[in-house]
Amino acid sequence: MSKHFGRQSVRFENPVYIITTASTVGPKEGEGPLAEFFDIILPDSLCGEDSWEKAESKIVKDTFGKALSKSKLSQENIDYIISGDLLNQNSGSTFAIRDMDIPFFGIFGACSTMGEGMSLGALLIDGGFANNILVGASSHFCASEKQFRFPLELGTQRTPTSTWTVTGQGSAILSNNTNEKCPRITAITTGKIIDMGITDANNMGAAMAPAAFDTLNAHFSDLSLNPDYYDLIITGDLGYVGHDLVLKMFSEKNMDLSKNYSDCGILIFDKDKQDTNSGGSGCACSAVTFAGYLYKKLKDEQLNKLLFVPTGALMSPTSAQQGETIPGIAHAIAIENI
Amino acid sequence: MQDNKAKYQKMVEKSSPNTNLILNCLNAFWTGGLICVIGQFITNSFLNLGCDIDIARTITSVILIFIGILLTGLGVYDEIGKIAGAGSVVPITGFANSVAAPALEFKKEGFIFGVGAKMFIIAGPVIVYSTLTSVIVGIFYYLSK
Repeated sequence: MSKHFGRQSVRFENPVYIITTASTVGPKEGEGPLAEFFDIILPDSLCGEDSWEKAESKIVKDTFGKALSKSKLSQENIDYIISGDLLNQNSGSTFAIRDMDIPFFGIFGACSTMGEGMSLGALLIDGGFANNILVGASSHFCASEKQFRFPLELGTQRTPTSTWTVTGQGSAILSNNTNEKCPRITAITTGKIIDMGITDANNMGAAMAPAAFDTLNAHFSDLSLNPDYYDLIITGDLGYVGHDLVLKMFSEKNMDLSKNYSDCGILIFDKDKQDTNSGGSGCACSAVTFAGYLYKKLKDEQLNKLLFVPTGALMSPTSAQQGETIPGIAHAIAIENI
Repeated sequence: MQDNKAKYQKMVEKSSPNTNLILNCLNAFWTGGLICVIGQFITNSFLNLGCDIDIARTITSVILIFIGILLTGLGVYDEIGKIAGAGSVVPITGFANSVAAPALEFKKEGFIFGVGAKMFIIAGPVIVYSTLTSVIVGIFYYLSK
């Protein structure tokens, strides 16, 4: 029987366990509401390195190391690393794993990278092509500002719709085998590129919300599910603006998601105390929220059916300067305690 | 599709909070004004010391540029900018900040391709177009004489 459902979804037949996760965050995230759930909170954003980019790679390396030590697996047991970030040419990931003797797939999905990585990892494991896969995604506020916006010390104002790039890395180890009860990836819905003509790079929530809406709709129809099947549906980094837009788009279809829908960008910061405007963003936003907070809730069975939907805005500084609109993407991962 | 996009654009406008224009204007006014008052104080001080007005003004610019760069290096200017907005961008201290901030940021890429090449990524357009404007104004001035 085919495992592919509808246009975009896959339901896994073989178990894909998330056997462990690890997370590292920067000092600002460490002062946020989810601080207690992270493995490592950095005392400073440079992490002992001399540039933001090197710091990001160090964070990636250390978090992968943490995930391996928590899982008690050695490097030889990992068949693939699937990892990505926001830096040019994915250097955050590739430079981090130079010393690791593990086959590597580097991916770019902007801030949806964790979702893309978990999807590909789950497909590989269900297909029997791997036993254990290390998945991760990272971002660094200072490195992102430098690459996508302005130098840090420039005295500019942020608009109320702008989001704050999360510094950190979230890792997860996917496996076909476990000794203890672990949450399983049961289905995925792979997003399409959706571009509704938003050009404001300071309103990425609005650019990505249609992609999240499209993927969620595809997920529900491909797999014949209602939104209330899930204990929690959580998007990656739409922030307050994007979250509100998704709710409105569903309400136009007479569907109410307000009871069980949230966004990692809303949870990770306290917007009033931390001056983060519309919320958190970046690859690490969904990655650390999942690896820290959501995984703990799944393990403790406070959540049993989670739909994790990392979202990405696929623009580059060049495309923005050329006046291009911002294409969005969202990948849905169904994670359940079975 | 175009209809959908237009409809979505309207939805986005409704959902996106606007900046507080009045508060931002007020903050820009008093902070920008304060920087100007400081500048005037420096100019007057040099005039009282017996300096020529042109010299006093030049020294004022130099001192304000120094203060702007120092506060950028200390990581204070961007904090001022958060509240002041245009109030700290428009005066000469803001111009100093716009040169010093990229110079600091791109130091890691070396003195040639980092500091040297990237120093004017923000101030560069201002210099180019203000020079161009001054040339155009100069031509009109010449013709009107």
